[in-house]
Amino acid sequence: MRANKAFLIIAHRLAILAYIAFALFPLFWLLKVAVTPNDLLYSEGIRLWPSRASLEHFDFVLRHSAFPVFFRNSLIVSGSTAVIVTILASLSGYALSRFRFRGKYWLVTLMLLTQMFPLVMLVAPIFKILSPLGLTNSLTGLVVVYTAFNVPFATFLMQSFFDGIPKDLEEAAMIDGATQFVAFRQIILPLTLPGIAATLGFVFTAAWSELLFSLMLISGNAQATFPVGLLSFVSKFSVDFGQMMAAGVLALIPACLFFLLIQRYLVQGLTAGAVKG
Amino acid sequence: MAYAARHEGLPAIRPPLMKRIADASAPYLYTAPALILIVTVMLVPLVLGISYAFRDIQLLNPFSGGFVGLDHFRALAQDQAFFRSLRNTLWWTGASVFLQFAFGLILALLLDKPFHGRAVAQALVFLPWAVPSFLAGLNWAWLFNPVVGPLPHWLFAMGIMSQPTNILSDPQLAMWGPIVANIWWGIPFFAITLLAALQAIPRDLYEAASIDGAGPLQRFLSITLPFLAPTIAITILLRTVWISNFADLIIVMTNGGPADRTQIVASYIFTQAFKRLDFGYASAIALVLLALLLAYSLLIVILRQWLLSKD
Amino acid sequence: MASIDIANIKKSYGTHPVLHDVDLKISDGEFVVLVGPSGCGKSTLLRMIAGLESVTGGEIRIAGRRVNDLAPKDRDIAMVFQSYALYPHMSVAKNMSYSLRLRKTAKDRIATVVAGAAAKLGLDPLLERRPRALSGGQRQRVAMGRAIVRQPKAFLFDEPLSNLDARLREQMRAEIKKLHKDLGATSIYVTHDQIEAMTLADRIVAMNGGVVQQVGSPLDLYDRPANLFVAGFIGSPGMNFFEGNYQAGEVQRFEMEDGNSIPLDAPPLSNNARVTLGIRPEHVVLAGHGPETLLATVDLVEPTGFGIILHLSLGGASFKAFTNDRSFLTASGTIPVRFPAHYLHFFDAEGRRV
Repeated sequence: MRANKAFLIIAHRLAILAYIAFALFPLFWLLKVAVTPNDLLYSEGIRLWPSRASLEHFDFVLRHSAFPVFFRNSLIVSGSTAVIVTILASLSGYALSRFRFRGKYWLVTLMLLTQMFPLVMLVAPIFKILSPLGLTNSLTGLVVVYTAFNVPFATFLMQSFFDGIPKDLEEAAMIDGATQFVAFRQIILPLTLPGIAATLGFVFTAAWSELLFSLMLISGNAQATFPVGLLSFVSKFSVDFGQMMAAGVLALIPACLFFLLIQRYLVQGLTAGAVKG
Repeated sequence: MAYAARHEGLPAIRPPLMKRIADASAPYLYTAPALILIVTVMLVPLVLGISYAFRDIQLLNPFSGGFVGLDHFRALAQDQAFFRSLRNTLWWTGASVFLQFAFGLILALLLDKPFHGRAVAQALVFLPWAVPSFLAGLNWAWLFNPVVGPLPHWLFAMGIMSQPTNILSDPQLAMWGPIVANIWWGIPFFAITLLAALQAIPRDLYEAASIDGAGPLQRFLSITLPFLAPTIAITILLRTVWISNFADLIIVMTNGGPADRTQIVASYIFTQAFKRLDFGYASAIALVLLALLLAYSLLIVILRQWLLSKD
Repeated sequence: MASIDIANIKKSYGTHPVLHDVDLKISDGEFVVLVGPSGCGKSTLLRMIAGLESVTGGEIRIAGRRVNDLAPKDRDIAMVFQSYALYPHMSVAKNMSYSLRLRKTAKDRIATVVAGAAAKLGLDPLLERRPRALSGGQRQRVAMGRAIVRQPKAFLFDEPLSNLDARLREQMRAEIKKLHKDLGATSIYVTHDQIEAMTLADRIVAMNGGVVQQVGSPLDLYDRPANLFVAGFIGSPGMNFFEGNYQAGEVQRFEMEDGNSIPLDAPPLSNNARVTLGIRPEHVVLAGHGPETLLATVDLVEPTGFGIILHLSLGGASFKAFTNDRSFLTASGTIPVRFPAHYLHFFDAEGRRV
């Protein structure tokens, strides 16, 4: 009986370890190739760690390539999208959480439907609409598009955070002498701060990862976001593996940082999005 | 007694008009910015896209734009590449969803029991979810590349492959590349959702079942599964729609190749719009995809009604 | 401090009415308890007075001023919530002073008032703590402290004790009563607990189904319930009811359905009228001989420590009796019971007291 139990525990730990290895191995390999000097890359192809590690690829990518520009563009786009979406979603999420109003059902249905239908359908028409406005090949255009795509999901997320704050608190504040807006600012908002941070994180991560629309809407290097830049680099210089992977590691950094930020809220985020990745 | 009912039928006293207007419009003011954005950036293009399906819209041809009726759909009916992409979509979606779910469920069950270091283990196994999809695609493409990746060599050493070649360029095997990447990337989604559902199951149910004499397998079958069933159903249904539209990994890893062997409908639409700049034809395919997804959703709704009525 | 006049107040959600023409005059310094089962409209009425619910019809005046359209903040009232509604991100002191800070009261004045309230409620050592770090009873005190620093025109309490365990509830009940004695503030207190209502109120307003059933002093409601609802709601264990007929004659009698009858000196009723007879368990006399004595079967004996509740039946009707006599702990079989005439209540077919 006891041996059986010990066996179960060992099997459980081994299974967990296998999952961790599977989850981390690709990222580990990315890092490994990124620090392998070119002369060792082919001779030590499948060694788990090169006999000599160097940061030369990072150095090259940061100083002699366009990646810092891509990185900056992506930061601008994802950062602005996250901020704007969070503001809009706070407002609409608050309304969904606190008010009963005519048309609410239709609004929620519309927002749910936008999460369901294939966004790839919109690639062509959005290009056609943005082009005469001068919003193709522009970071502003991307921000507008990403903001619209992320608002529904962020609204549901913010609504779930507002729902977690008892209505009594606002009412107590209003009896204590606050107007509705003051109650919102001094009582509700401070209590929603973790929710706001989580929403920022989710939207940032989503915008940072978006590929199809940035491929379609951006052409020049100057406005390219990280995915566009990396993909065009891959198709042009497909032998500089070390540099590509060094760039890949750089793209991973903000994603990992935000992952740490929103880890606690993953469940809430995934259920609010329901169908979002 | 002071409570006697008096003043029968006094007209209700209404608050002043301005206050009423302000109160009534507040929810609309809060939601207006989001709504306007959704309508202009999502609904208007959707309608426009539907109209493109019946027009000749080619970006590089200034004389295009005319109404062509059902021409695109006639061309589509003859388009072997489209039908192949339909079959590929089924294969891609079915394999991805099933394997993501199976591995996700096992992971959720493993993480459900408390153990030393669970929080860290959880953070590590969920990390792939945060990796941008384009990077996940590139990363796996590199792992499958015999020049820098270990996988072909390992498969060769184990005798599974006769040569350490890149499966992404093998027409028979290429689809497995994006599917494996998708499984790696999507396990956390299922695991997180199912873990949350698992932890919502009241613990005393298990205790009651043990006292009633149920073994571990019986407890799983009679308590865990029935409690998880609604979550499993809804997650799989929604995920199916989402993954069938998810073209990022394919575009990054194989671009539909070799010889269209990995082209799914969503990536085919993107290729038509992005590479050939044929917006009309791309929109026609998109419309068919939308119709198929609607039919699928409708089927689900009907199935659900049927199951409910059976009980 | 102020009087509160509620005239002909109506409330409905859409077409669904929840309050029907409530009239109530509360005088300066009075402690009024709104009591009733859940869903009776008592909380809605309180929230309308606070300004948290709109008024569908009628008029609310605080200190003579019509407040129907005033925002809660302009009504100068304080409220204690069932959930306490303490601001989780503020310390106890900040919670208590929030209203004063919103009114831009001078800093030193705030400090004095908060210190005074804290001393009164025994909160001095907790002033810098967050609500999260307090026990249920302490949170309850902070909620009270937040109300009293304001010196508002009136205090509103919305089931303030229902989240506490029985012992704390008893203790806080006494403290609320003491506080009211000290401050003499007009108070409206909502509860579903009839003991709270009896012990705290100057006047009880019993409500059911959105209609006021009776207004009066606690003993009024106990001794002379206006209808079956009030009779059954006030008192624990609840009043016993028997269905039957009134028989006029040389000796007036109440005839139960199983044929038992009780002689009465009752109010004049028309002969053979259908009435409900009510008697409180503590008024049932468990002894006697003579014509008015009945033989009841003992079904169950429930010792409460303080006394004994006997579950009895008389023909088909079951009822309860309460006694302090411990010899009844072993009661079984049948025992003689008597319903003294001056403790009997009568209600007509519509449930009104006669």
